[in-house]
This record gives sequence, structure tokens and C-alpha cells, in this order.
Amino acid sequence: MNDKLQEIREKAIAQIQEAKDLDALNQIRVSVLGKKGELKQIMNGMKDVAPEDRPKFGQLVNTARQAIEEKLEEAKKAMEAEAMKQKLSFEKIDVTLPARKHKIGKAHPNTTTLEEVERIFTGMGFSVVEGPEVEKDYYNFEALNIPANHPAKDEQDTFYITKDILLRTQTSPVQVREMEKGNLPIRMIAPGRVFRADEVDATHSPSFHQIEGMVIDKGITMADLKGTLQQFVQELFGKDTKVKFRPHHFPFTEPSAEMDVSCFKCGGKGCRFCKGEGWIEILGCGMVHPRVLKMSGIDPEVYSGFAFGIGLERITLLKDEIDDMRLLYENDIRFIDQF
Amino acid sequence: MRTSLQWIKDLVPGLTCTPQEYMDAMTMSGSKVEFFEEFDRDLDKIVVGRIEKIEKHPDADKLVVCQVNVGSGTIQIVTGAPNAQEGALVPVVLDGGRVAGGHDGTRTEGGIKIKAGKLRGVPSNGMMCSIEELGSSRDLFPEAPESGLYIFAPESGVQPGDDAIEALGLHDTAIEYEITSNRVDCFSILGLAREAAATFHLDKKFPYVPATGDSDDVNNYISAEIVDDDLCSRYTARVVKDVKIAPSPAWMQKRLRSQGIRPINNLVDITNYVMLEYGQPMHAYDLDTIAGHKLSVKRASDGDVFTTLDGQERNVDHDTLMICDGEKQVGIAGIMGGENSMITDNVKTMVFEAACFDGTNIRLSSKRIGLRTDASGIFEKGLDPNNAMEAMNRACALVEELGAGTVVGGAVDIYPHKREGLRIPFEPDRYNAMLGTDVDRETQLQYFKAIDLVYDEATNEMVIPSWRQDLITYADMAEEVARFYGYDKIPTTLPKGTSTAGKLSYKKRIEAKTREVAQFAGYSQAMTYSFESPKVFDKLLLAADAPERNAITIANPLGEDFSIMRTMSLNGMLTSLATNANRRNKNVHLYEMANIYLPKALPLTELPDERMTLTLGFYDEKEDFFDLKGVVEELLSTMGMNEKLSYDANAGRPYLHPGRQANIIYNGKVLGFIGEVHPLVRANYNLGERTYIAVIDMPQVVEQASFDRKYTPITNFPASTRDLSLLTKKDMEVGEIEAVFDREGGQYLESYELFDVYVGAGIDPDYKSVAYSLTFRAKDKNLADTDVNEAMDRIINGLSAIDVNMRS
Repeated sequence: MNDKLQEIREKAIAQIQEAKDLDALNQIRVSVLGKKGELKQIMNGMKDVAPEDRPKFGQLVNTARQAIEEKLEEAKKAMEAEAMKQKLSFEKIDVTLPARKHKIGKAHPNTTTLEEVERIFTGMGFSVVEGPEVEKDYYNFEALNIPANHPAKDEQDTFYITKDILLRTQTSPVQVREMEKGNLPIRMIAPGRVFRADEVDATHSPSFHQIEGMVIDKGITMADLKGTLQQFVQELFGKDTKVKFRPHHFPFTEPSAEMDVSCFKCGGKGCRFCKGEGWIEILGCGMVHPRVLKMSGIDPEVYSGFAFGIGLERITLLKDEIDDMRLLYENDIRFIDQF
Repeated sequence: MRTSLQWIKDLVPGLTCTPQEYMDAMTMSGSKVEFFEEFDRDLDKIVVGRIEKIEKHPDADKLVVCQVNVGSGTIQIVTGAPNAQEGALVPVVLDGGRVAGGHDGTRTEGGIKIKAGKLRGVPSNGMMCSIEELGSSRDLFPEAPESGLYIFAPESGVQPGDDAIEALGLHDTAIEYEITSNRVDCFSILGLAREAAATFHLDKKFPYVPATGDSDDVNNYISAEIVDDDLCSRYTARVVKDVKIAPSPAWMQKRLRSQGIRPINNLVDITNYVMLEYGQPMHAYDLDTIAGHKLSVKRASDGDVFTTLDGQERNVDHDTLMICDGEKQVGIAGIMGGENSMITDNVKTMVFEAACFDGTNIRLSSKRIGLRTDASGIFEKGLDPNNAMEAMNRACALVEELGAGTVVGGAVDIYPHKREGLRIPFEPDRYNAMLGTDVDRETQLQYFKAIDLVYDEATNEMVIPSWRQDLITYADMAEEVARFYGYDKIPTTLPKGTSTAGKLSYKKRIEAKTREVAQFAGYSQAMTYSFESPKVFDKLLLAADAPERNAITIANPLGEDFSIMRTMSLNGMLTSLATNANRRNKNVHLYEMANIYLPKALPLTELPDERMTLTLGFYDEKEDFFDLKGVVEELLSTMGMNEKLSYDANAGRPYLHPGRQANIIYNGKVLGFIGEVHPLVRANYNLGERTYIAVIDMPQVVEQASFDRKYTPITNFPASTRDLSLLTKKDMEVGEIEAVFDREGGQYLESYELFDVYVGAGIDPDYKSVAYSLTFRAKDKNLADTDVNEAMDRIINGLSAIDVNMRS
């Protein structure tokens, strides 16, 4: 009996090993373990076994059954894994076929620069404010210490609408409008369009953008102006950027300065980019003129402040190495989508 | 402004810097140097030579062989110069030397090296030079021949072997400054020399001006008056008799040349010299032409025509200040003298004028007349009246020094209101407080002294010289301290004081969000000009009386194309799309976020309404109206604008396809519009493909956007879906059907979706079939069939009321 059991077990295992597919395994299962299977027939022979040997015999049959079932399960898993492998292999794709585009539009390079500038200054506690583009002569000139007939009015080639209304030539009038509100202290930047009667060419445009900045508080110094702008350009152009302040003249600031930054292309050694000078002029700035403070209702004996004006296009052209300003207003998609 | 560096060095004797050092230091102290030009940068080994002997070249008709004494010996040079002659003293570049360029005046950067060699077989050991080969021109050296060698005048005193460049005054450097408009005093050599002395902490040595004039009295010759004293603060005149016109001496010619000014004769050269040195323009009249020997300063009359000394007729008017004699006008004040009173070679007695005219008036007159001269360019900056007499006396001293005539004693000086130097309190602590520095009081006083400010200890005031009209407040004084202390030495700190929260305005945040949505939808950002041509209204097919035509006009535009402020954003967008189409760029999507300008009244009496406008535009063969409509709806949804949106097809916009346009209505107001561009408009812009536009008025978005979101529980009760297949008149908008769903759907109608529109076989040609899927769901229970059926009945009844029926 035992020999018979051993024979069934070995035969079944051998058949399992040779089985080619799940069907074959099923057939083995039925023929060995099924209701009319070989093991069942052996069990049917139990009646011929001495009663005292029956438990032991049952145990032997069970052991054989378990061993066969384990082998069957093992073989089945291996076959399923193989089948899955084949299916996936069949589904293989050519990953180098072109992507199905989901195009995301690009911001204008001016906007990208402006958002960067705004991010830096809002981080330093500056609010971003705006003012009208069609502006009163008073705000654009007079309140900025540029009285009637001042040559600066000619120099700036102003577009006039009426005698008193013009297209602002600078974002500085927003300073005045903020000061007039009287909410001190002030830390603001004012980006926006400005207009000057310059013919269109590679470096000029009758419409461009400035970013005005101003701080008014008690005890503001020129050292604060230098520190603030240095931090700004180092954020914008990199930590190693050096700054140079040179005396200059603007009617609405005193003392006034122009600020150069070390050329971010050559680091200051001098290259084609900075015309060999190692420095690039980037903005004008100064301490708000006491007369300007007074005209806007701020007591210069108590408050002081600084202001600066940045040409947005200038920064954009430099940063992005764009050599012709006209590209900014043509809107050729092959240009915009580079940024 | 331009100065010779040598001239500055002569006035500041200790100055030994290189041009580069000078440029850097002057720029940092406020006199910005733009660039400098060393005249001798490409000149090397050039000496004076004397041609001792000339022989014919054996093999060339046009060449001669010269023996030239160059001091150290005699060398042989072959030349083709037509004016080579024995005895002539000429510049000679020796073997291995360099010249600046060719004799035709072209310059070679780095110079041209000259080597000993053979010309047609004859050895030549150097080159004799023309003035052009030395990098200069006949403009500055009028005595040089039109072609040929430069020949030194015998009286110049040069000897063979002398440095020829030195003899020509070319060991010098031209410094070009950018002087700011507030520093009128720096439009003079003396002013810049003062700055240089202060910058380099050196003493300056300005020219000594002796008393001049004989025992005669100027009042015997000329009198003067200022009639319009609002335009002339000072008028001075002196007389020179027995005038002897002659060339000015070499030193003066050299100075003028170093400034780029051509020497003419002693009188002209003196006026030019003094204008450079003192920054005070002068004029000279021939006394014999001055009727009544009387000069008066007064306005012209409208319609007057005056002939200036260049022979041109000029229209002058009542705002033009003139110099007149007893009978006639003899000069346009501060701009140009008259032909009728100009100095000629026959002049016997002349009148020198040095005056101070109103800068603004000169500037405006010069503009109106269309005549800008060196003199007007200086006057218009607004001069110091105290400088006029000093310049006058300097000129007269030069007349005496040069022997150009006899200066008559005394001066005419009409100076009704003498300008006194301002006094400003000396507040060193305040300057430091403004600058954030700690410059001690004594050092500050030294800075001020170096620029000739005088400290009055008794009153603790600084007395400001009248030429520093820019020094008025403590802030101006602080700048002087900063300039000489060094802007670069001011520390860098961050503002202390009250801290502020930096932020974007709500408007700017909405705009940023809008740009984000547009970009995610595939649109790239365009920027176009705010001004355009009034012709765009015709291009956009707007009616003659369309309100959009009420645009703000620029009084002085760059041209018609830039002459009105846009009242609508379409032209910029269509132009940009057309640019792309013309360049064969495929499937272009652009958006712009910019202002339009709507006047409240014309002509403008108050500032216009500047409305931020979002414009979306595209052409793309795979997209149409409904793609754009989807972007608009996504945008509004992102902005939290979840009220019912509707579209009014009767927008009446002539620039859009009449059957494919709509106003976008939000909360009952027109928020913008959307549509396909009219084919005729497309043709006007050269746009071949169908083009779609949507325009959104951003102020309304800013007003109605909401980011206040509250969570609505997500329900797990099952939905019940019903499909409706409807038959309706072809021209009915599905919006009307949806209005019935909205009205009759009841609380359980969760959503509906159009899934088919069909026209064609099996349907009456006047009708279309429309199929919807409606989803019902309750938040709190499983819906019973009866709940849904009731709603469906209401909907179907509602639909049949507008003649929409179930498709059988």
C-alpha cells in the first residue's frame, strides 16, 4: 500500500514537472486528486487496512496529497508569471516615438523679469503699487522738482495729450501719489509702462517699462539705499555681483547716483557684453529730494527716504542676452517660447 | 563737454595721473568721463627732419629721393609727396616707428608700422608724414597742404631731431565728459580743473588776469541798456581799438586744436579760448556798424526777419531777445550775431560783449528759430552773471598779450540785480545722518574749501560761490561730502525702522492668476504698444459713429501709426498673430494683458479710464470657437466666478463673424466677448486661417473673483441618469433648452451634458436632433424613480412649451 502511494506521488510530481500549461496541470489535479482520482481510490482501500493502522495510513495519504498540491500550486504560479511576462513583452512600446504635446504657453520675458524683481522686493517688505499711464503733468514733472520749462522736460521727449495731461515718461509719479496718501512708512515698488518719443530701433522704443522704488521712514540713509540695492542685484544676478555707485544728477533726488553692476558675463574682467568696461549701468537712484518730500506733504525734518528707477527692458535684454529690443514687441512665438 | 588733459594738468600742476586714472577718479567724484582719446596712441618714433637734398628717382617719375637731417644723422627717404622741397622741416617717422593711418585720413587702430626698405629699388629708411598720417586733419591744421607733407613754419622754431608730436601738440588726450545739467560750472575748463584739483587733493593754479585798458574811456565809444531785464540779468561790453587781425600764437592754436577747435585768427581764437576756459560765450561787433554807438537788449516783434552772420534769414518773434543798435537789430541774443555788424578783416574798432541771458528763453528761441549754436548751447544751461565780467577781462588781457589791439579803459556793465552767493548753514552731523557716514567736521570743511566754498565761522555758514547754482539745501551739501568722501566708501546697511509686509495688490494677484490660466491653456504672452493708428478702426470695420473711435489723440506723436491711445485691444493682437502667420509659424496662441484707455470726455479734461484687458487670440487648424470658450470658462471658474454664465449671440461686433460671436454675460453684465474674426478683417490683417479672439474686461473680474472656498461634503448616494433625445428648430440655441433644465430640474438635477447634435438624414431639414444626458442625485438619500420622473416631467413640459419635443 505504501509503495503504491509512493508510486502515485512520484508519478504525479514527474507529470507536474512536465506539464506545459494550466490545462495539463488541471488534468493532473483531476486524475490524481479528483473525486475519482488515484488518491481517492487509495483511500477507498482503507477498509482493507487493519483498524489500528488506519490513522497512520490516513496521515500518509494526506502527506502525499499536500506534497502534490504544493507542487501543483508552485507550477501554476510559475506558469502565470510566465504568461504575464509574455503579455507585457507583447505590449512593449517604442518610447522614442514623439510625445503627444500638451503645450503650456510662456510668459513674456519682461513679465518673467518683473516677477523676479517683485519677488525680491516683496521679500524685503516692499509693496507693489501702480499708477496711471496717462498722467498729469503735475505728477510726472512738477511734483518731482521739474518745473515748467525745465530742460529735463525736453530731454525726456514727452508725448503730450493736452497741456496738463501726458503719457508718463517715468514711473516716478507713482512715488508722489503714494506719498500724498500719507501712509508712512512707505516701502514700495511701482512697475509699469512709460512712454518717450524715441523712434523704434534696436535699443529704443517709444513705449517701455520702468520699476520705480521708494522707501520713506525716519532715519533712512544713503547707506540703506546702497545696502538695499546691493541685496537686490545680488539676488537677481548672483551673490558674487559687485556694485558701484557713481554720483549723478536727477531733479527729484539729492544726493543722486547711478549704479553699475559687475558684468555678470565676464565677472568684471571686461568683455564684448560690457563693452570691455567690466561694469554695466543698471539704474539711477538717490535720496528723495527734501523739496519733493515737502511738496507731497511729508516733513523732511522728520522723514527721509530713497528712491530708484530700473529699466525693465534693460534688465531683461541683459539677463536674457537679447540683442534687439524690437523682438520684445513683435511677439514672434519662436521668440516668446524661448523663455 | 570735452577737455584736453594737458590743459587740465597745466591748471592743476601736481596732476600726474594717466588718462585711465583720471577717468576713474573724475567719474567717481561726479564728473563722469565717457571715454578718452590719446592723440599719440599710434604714433611712435616721429621727429622733425629737414630735407637737405632732393634728387630724382632713377626708375620712377613720381618719386624723389631725399636726404633728410633727423638730428641724429642724415637718412635717405624716398617720397612721392608733391610738396617735398629742400630746406623744408617735416615730421619724419624713423625705421620701426608707427603712424596713425593713411594720407587719405583713414585711421588704422594700432597704427601702421614703418620699416626701412626699398622703393623701386632705392633704399628708403623712414617716411615723411602728412598731417592725416599723424591722425589729425586740415580742419585743425589749416596750414597743412591739401595733399602732401606737413611742413613746419620756419618761425615755429623747431629743429631737426625735435619730437615732432610734441611740436604739433599731439602728446595730449581728449577727455569726453557727460556733465549733468545741474553743473553749469563744469561746462568750462576752469570748472573741471577745480573738480580735478579737489578730486586729487591738489592745489590749482588759475590764470592771472591783470587789469587792462588804456587811459581812454569806453563811454566815449559805446553805451548799452537792458530793456527787457526779465531775459537778461547782466550785459557787459568793452572796446578794443586799433585792431590788428593776425594768426594767434602757437600755444593758443595748440590749445584750441587740443579741444578740437580750428584756429582762425587772433580775435576769433580769443573768444573761443575764453568760451572754453570760462564757459562764457562772447560776441564781437564792428563798432563802425553800430548806429548811434548804442546797444540795447530787447525783444523782437512778431514777423521780424533777421539775417544772421551765416547769411541766413531767420524768423524771430516777440519772445526772441535781440541785441539792437540805435536803428536796427544787430544780433540774436545768445544765439548768433548779425551779418550787418560782423567783424571783417577791415575792422578798426570792435566791441566785445559778454552777457547773461535767460537760459530757458534762449533754449526755446533757439528751438523756434531752428538754430542751435555753441553759444546758445551754453547759454541755455543758465549762466552765472558774475562770470561775464571775469571772462570779459580775461579776453581783454589776451588781446593785450597777443597784441591784437588796444583795449580801451573802463567797461560798460549793466547789472541791475547782482547775484550774491547763497549762504547755507554748515551742518556736518546732518550730512552724516543723511549719508549714513561718520565724516568728521574738519574733513568736510576741507572738501568744501577745495571747491572754493568759504566757511563763515561767525555764523557757521558756508558761503556758496555764485557759479554753484545747484547748491541750495542740506541735501546738496550732503552730496558734496559724499562725492569727495567717496560713494564707494559709504557703508551698506539695510533700512531699520518700522517693518512692513511686502505684498502684491489684489488686482495684480488676479492678473497673475489669469496669466497662469492662459499659459496653462497654451497661450503665450504678447506685448504690444498702447498707441496705434486711427486707421485701425477702418481695418476693424467699425462704423463711422462707433464709440470705440472716441480715442485720446497724442498732440505730438511719432507719426500717425502711434497717434491715438487704443480703446480696444484687437489691433495689437491681430497684428501680432499676422506677424506669426506671415512667418509661417503654425498654430499660434497668444494672450495680452494690458490697458485700454477710455476717455471720459474729449478733449481730455481728466485722466481717462485705464482698463486692464485680457485678450486671447489664436489660429490653429485643430481648434475652434469652442476651445476658446472652454478657456474662458476655465478662467472664470479658477477665479471662483461660479454664477451662471451666458452668451449673447447678438453682440453686434462688426469685426467678428456675424454668426460666430457672442458677448460673455456674467451676472447680467457684459464681461467681454468671444468670436471668430470676420473674414474681411482677417483679409485686412493678412491672416489666412480662421482666427478666434476673446476679450475680458479685467476690472470686472477683479471685482467679482472670489477665493473664499468652502467644502461641500462628497455624497455617496447613487446617481440616476436619464437620456433625452430632443427635436428642435435648427436655429434654436441649446442655451434655451439648458435654461429649461436649470429652471425645471429641481433640487436633484446635479448636472447635464450635451452628447450629440445631429442634422441630416431622417430629420426634417428645418430641425436638428439634440441629445442630453441628465444626472440626478440626492445628497441625503437614495433617489426613488418617482423623484426623477417628476423632474423629467417638468422638464419635458417646459421644453414642449418652447416647441422642443422628444424625438420619437
